[in-house]
Amino acid sequence: MLGFAQIFASRLVKAAVILIAIVVMNFFLVHAAPGDPAMVMAGEAGAADEKFVAQLREQFGLDRPILEQLGTYVGKVVQGDLGFSYRQQRPVWDILAERLPATLVLTLTAFLLALALGVALGTLAAVTVGTWADSAITVVALLAYATPIYWIGLMLSLLFSIQLGWLPAFGYETVGAGYTGLAHVADVGKHLILPVITLALFYMASYARLTRASMLEVRGLDFIKTAKAKGLSQGRIVTRHVLRNAILPVITVAGIQAGQLVGGSILIETVFAWPGIGRLAFEAVLQRDYQVLLGIFLVTSIMVILFNILTDILYGLVDPRIQVSQ
Amino acid sequence: MMKSEFWRAFARNKGAVLGLVILAAIVFLAAFASFLFPNDPWDMATAPFQPPLSEDALLGSDMLGRDIAAGIAHGARVSLLIGLTSTAAALAIGVTLGALAGFHGGRVDDAIMRFTELFQTIPNFVLAVVLVAIFTPSLTTIVLAIAIVSWPPLARLARAEFLSLRTREFVQAAITTGQSNTTIILRQILPNSLSPIIVSASLMVATAILLESSLSFLGLGDPNAMSWGYMIGAARTVIRQAWWMSVFPGLAIVLTVLALNLVGEGLNDALNPKLARSRG
Repeated sequence: MLGFAQIFASRLVKAAVILIAIVVMNFFLVHAAPGDPAMVMAGEAGAADEKFVAQLREQFGLDRPILEQLGTYVGKVVQGDLGFSYRQQRPVWDILAERLPATLVLTLTAFLLALALGVALGTLAAVTVGTWADSAITVVALLAYATPIYWIGLMLSLLFSIQLGWLPAFGYETVGAGYTGLAHVADVGKHLILPVITLALFYMASYARLTRASMLEVRGLDFIKTAKAKGLSQGRIVTRHVLRNAILPVITVAGIQAGQLVGGSILIETVFAWPGIGRLAFEAVLQRDYQVLLGIFLVTSIMVILFNILTDILYGLVDPRIQVSQ
Repeated sequence: MMKSEFWRAFARNKGAVLGLVILAAIVFLAAFASFLFPNDPWDMATAPFQPPLSEDALLGSDMLGRDIAAGIAHGARVSLLIGLTSTAAALAIGVTLGALAGFHGGRVDDAIMRFTELFQTIPNFVLAVVLVAIFTPSLTTIVLAIAIVSWPPLARLARAEFLSLRTREFVQAAITTGQSNTTIILRQILPNSLSPIIVSASLMVATAILLESSLSFLGLGDPNAMSWGYMIGAARTVIRQAWWMSVFPGLAIVLTVLALNLVGEGLNDALNPKLARSRG
């Protein structure tokens, strides 16, 4: 297990470096923005009152040399102080913490669903290569690549909530219904279906294509011939031998695409009024609330790093060799 | 490679030919937008909420009486313009960094790859939103933001090409004849690594168009340029009453991006024949 612990530790060090780089980047963004940094931090240039701007100037030492300012800024962020939203009259961290669970539920569910369905469909396409099922999966993947996810979301809600009335079109729960316990969970789950499917669709297509290509490649390798010669059943060869090896590049790509998945939640949450970080980003853009926006940038980056660690663990589970070799 | 050979390989991929036809139609629409729809797409053309196939608006009108068809034609310009320019900018950043990393290797390579990795970890759409919001939306900031979040895969690709080509005889020969590094990079290695870069760039135009439409959907488009994403974003709240306002611009995006992806795959088949065959 030592190997795994070492990989994990080096991962954490790397993550810390990346996070500090992002904090520094945030700092320079505030300073590179047109206008006075204090005004930028206050948001909605001109709308903030004098006293608050003066207070910001003092708090961040904005008359000091730039490196000293950077030190002050990084120090504050490390202590969990992401600034104050003038618009909402609350610390940015409090606003983010309140919205985080909804986004985590949405992105994690979509990620796991995309991975499971994508691998299943890709396997199906590889096993039935050249038949109509294979072509259908390829065409769906091509279309999913070309369609903006927010538009898929709008079209799905047009069909399933406006035309058919099966599912709620927006929100996190039925307002004023006062469900508790299991009824509440079922209610939230119902609201979750459309956003999750919309977000997962693109990645599902992408993983299906990858799984298919990767399985077709592995299928021709020598150890599969050996397995066949040993007389193993077709099903066992596909699941235990081909798939287990073919899934590795899929997991790698899933880790790389985690950033896109998290970014996509901005669009999905905007379409479905899902009360998470993404929806907050949309509101912050409308209100030009830069402190909140930069906080979101930091928090979503942390989420991506966590997703990457999750895919590393998945990789280690599927391919135990990684514990000794790397 | 001979031209006719290239076309034959490209035409063998039927999807690519279809993509090229669709793309030609969209370029035509963009080029003649002012001729086909001479009025400003922001101006009221007819009564609001006209359904498709009404008298003055083939694809209907929006909540302010603007013609949807005119918006789509003028939006095609913005989409293609931003798609092409931001890809060019991303190529400039990505290929330069990748070439330097691959050619020099060692510490330069390490430093550049760390930098690339940082940009690959950052959720790129979030960064694009932050950049455009902070530097105020305009065609320039949108193009730059898209380029800044899109270059890492190009850098990786260019690096891999340069790494493998650097050890080849013709490059070694160029080094012994005393050519400068710049000459070797630009005149020896770059021309030989172009085909995979061209294929990736053609696919990146499609991604850039999707990114632009997503930004303008969120209200981060250039306020003076009519774009497809803006049309969908503005119509989203009235989708219950007026589906056509969001459906048609969305179809325009799907067709354009699909066409570009198909053409990209055709280019891949024609420029990297070995790869195409092994993919089966």
